[in-house]
Amino acid sequence: MSAKRKTAAREIFALGAEAVVEGALLAGCSFYGGYPITPSSEIMESMAERLPRTEDGVFIQMEDEIASLGACIGASLAGRKVMTATSGPGFSLMQELIGYACMIEAPLVLVNVMRGGPSTGLPTSPAQGDVQQARWGTHGDHSIIVLSATDVQDCLHMTVKAFNFSEKYRSPVILLLDEVTAHTREKITVPLAKDLEILYRLQPSMPPEWYKPFEETVRGVPPMPPIGSGYRFHATGLTHDDHGYPTQKSDEVVAAISRQFRKIDQFFFDIQITDEFLTEDAEVGVVAYGSVARSAHLAVEQARERGIKAGLIDLKTLFPFPRAAVEGLLRRCRTVIVPEMNMGQISREVKRVNPGTSTVWTINRIDGHIITPKQILESIRKG
Amino acid sequence: MAEVTQLIHEYLRHDKKFPHVLCPGCGHGIVLGSLIRSVHALGIAKDDVALVAGIGCSGRVAVYVDFNTVHAVHGRALTVATGIKMAKPEMHVIVVQGDGDALSIGGNHFIHAARRNIGLTVLVLNNFIYGMTGGQCSSATPLGCWSTTTPYGQMEKSFDFVEMTRAAGANFVSRGTVFHVKTLDKLIQQALTHEGFSLVEVLTPCHTQFGRKNKFKSPVDMYQWLKKTATPLEAYEKLDPDKRAGRIPIGVFVDNHEPALETRYAAMRAKFAKG
Ligand SMILES: Cc1ncc(C[n+]2csc(CCOP(=O)(O)OP(=O)(O)O)c2C)c(N)n1
Ligand code: SF4
Repeated sequence: MSAKRKTAAREIFALGAEAVVEGALLAGCSFYGGYPITPSSEIMESMAERLPRTEDGVFIQMEDEIASLGACIGASLAGRKVMTATSGPGFSLMQELIGYACMIEAPLVLVNVMRGGPSTGLPTSPAQGDVQQARWGTHGDHSIIVLSATDVQDCLHMTVKAFNFSEKYRSPVILLLDEVTAHTREKITVPLAKDLEILYRLQPSMPPEWYKPFEETVRGVPPMPPIGSGYRFHATGLTHDDHGYPTQKSDEVVAAISRQFRKIDQFFFDIQITDEFLTEDAEVGVVAYGSVARSAHLAVEQARERGIKAGLIDLKTLFPFPRAAVEGLLRRCRTVIVPEMNMGQISREVKRVNPGTSTVWTINRIDGHIITPKQILESIRKG
Repeated sequence: MAEVTQLIHEYLRHDKKFPHVLCPGCGHGIVLGSLIRSVHALGIAKDDVALVAGIGCSGRVAVYVDFNTVHAVHGRALTVATGIKMAKPEMHVIVVQGDGDALSIGGNHFIHAARRNIGLTVLVLNNFIYGMTGGQCSSATPLGCWSTTTPYGQMEKSFDFVEMTRAAGANFVSRGTVFHVKTLDKLIQQALTHEGFSLVEVLTPCHTQFGRKNKFKSPVDMYQWLKKTATPLEAYEKLDPDKRAGRIPIGVFVDNHEPALETRYAAMRAKFAKG
């Protein structure tokens, strides 16, 4: 890196997957552990090439997805910014360790390029079937941040965001892409790291004897020093007290889990990112994410040309669910349409936050084909 | 005694609420003692040690000792340790696993960590049984032995950890027991200073779950059994093959000096740094 330090933003023609890698490197990712699976493998291949050439980058192909996430968690404990990428079956294998990462509050970024499922499903076809799994796939009650991206440029920026959130909130962050976004090639701008906001996990300022790795703080996020820096602590998946030691005492258990929820819930205004398009005077609303949001964007434009007051909310954050924005749309519109490439995983959330002011329609597609602007426009015209 | 007390104060966590969870007579505590003595004897700083444990009674030892400690999920300790070692090759990354953790649920990771020859020191606490979950059989339960899931005797053959690790390509492969503590100290010290993947399989009695079902009347019986069956490798090799039955060789089985994965990785990166 040092020899050829880039001095200006670059324009490149890149796959969504490659844009993820650009974003990760800008954010300071220096560890990737992964296992190949379509349609996410391009992320891994690009990392394999790029990381060893960076200052302290480590790339390792592990024996499976469980091992990949395990290695990432270890490297995260050692102070690295880490990433792994996978797809349906691999994502399922990772679930136990996602819960573990939540419990020990290890920052990490997990990109899931969704494919059709269940099971081996439709390996190279677009789908959005892992939305609820990303939120609730592991066992137990936990908070988590789930993001998505609409186009290739967005892949870069949302990856940077994913790293920032994971560091800021000491939490795993899942970036859900669909095959269309990851495999589209577009011209994008790669900014310089200095022009971006890049966040790092909070470091302790107290002497090691005073440090408590899971202490209550104003933000609910305890500082996290790297292993080997003099702050020795215990990390366990068992419910633990603020020292990290296992506990079953009600007051300690409730305090620990509540803090983990609160550290994310109370900052929903920071985390819940949405893009609104012509929603101010909208009478028919669309809520979409990923590549479907691109189709929806065009559909809304075409509806406007036909005199229909349509508007779109493009969800960049899926969880915590951007309730405020969606509720606003539901209050304004007589109909809200939720097109998605699954049987209704985000429409479920939209219906949940509907104050009863509008009807929620769904467009569901599970045959491995994209949802076209035409399909959405037809629905808007009926709404 | 004074020396022991001193070591306890230096290495055990004062702020941790004792007593510990292990049964009286369990061998796991002896392994922890041996590990602490070995780290101390080698003069390794506590900050330079990361201790990663799996799940099981064996996994619980991590919480008591004042290193950087990680209690991972069942079977995956080696994956987490791999991440730490690749991120910080200068650290001593030690892994403590039960036989079930290492070669039942974690078998694939175990084979691959040994194949990679990554510089981890792995202690497999082999008590032939799943201790923590109540005495079900593991992939190390010997043929014919009883457990709660082999009420009519184990019908499957068990893994030989040493042979498995040797075949997978590790640099250092050894076996000791908690009865032969001096030897164990030495094996752990060798493993800690050996480049590449180092295994110390430790035979350690679980009287509560294994002994009770397999006609060992007391913990002492189990230690007596270890004393009788464990035979130093040199002596074992001199025995007539028919005299070897029922004996378990202990000592160093593999002592290779292939470059560790992290060394190879550093060499590859050094090429890029030069340009
Ligand atoms: C994924 C998963 N499956 C099962 C368990 C239950 N479990 C906890 S400890 C254990 C066996 C431990 O045996 P071993 O590794 O031999 O260690 P020991 O307790 O004998 O020291 C099992 C099966 C678990 N914690 N996680
Ligand atoms: S159950 Fe067995 S392995 Fe577990 S603490 Fe008791 S004696 Fe040790």
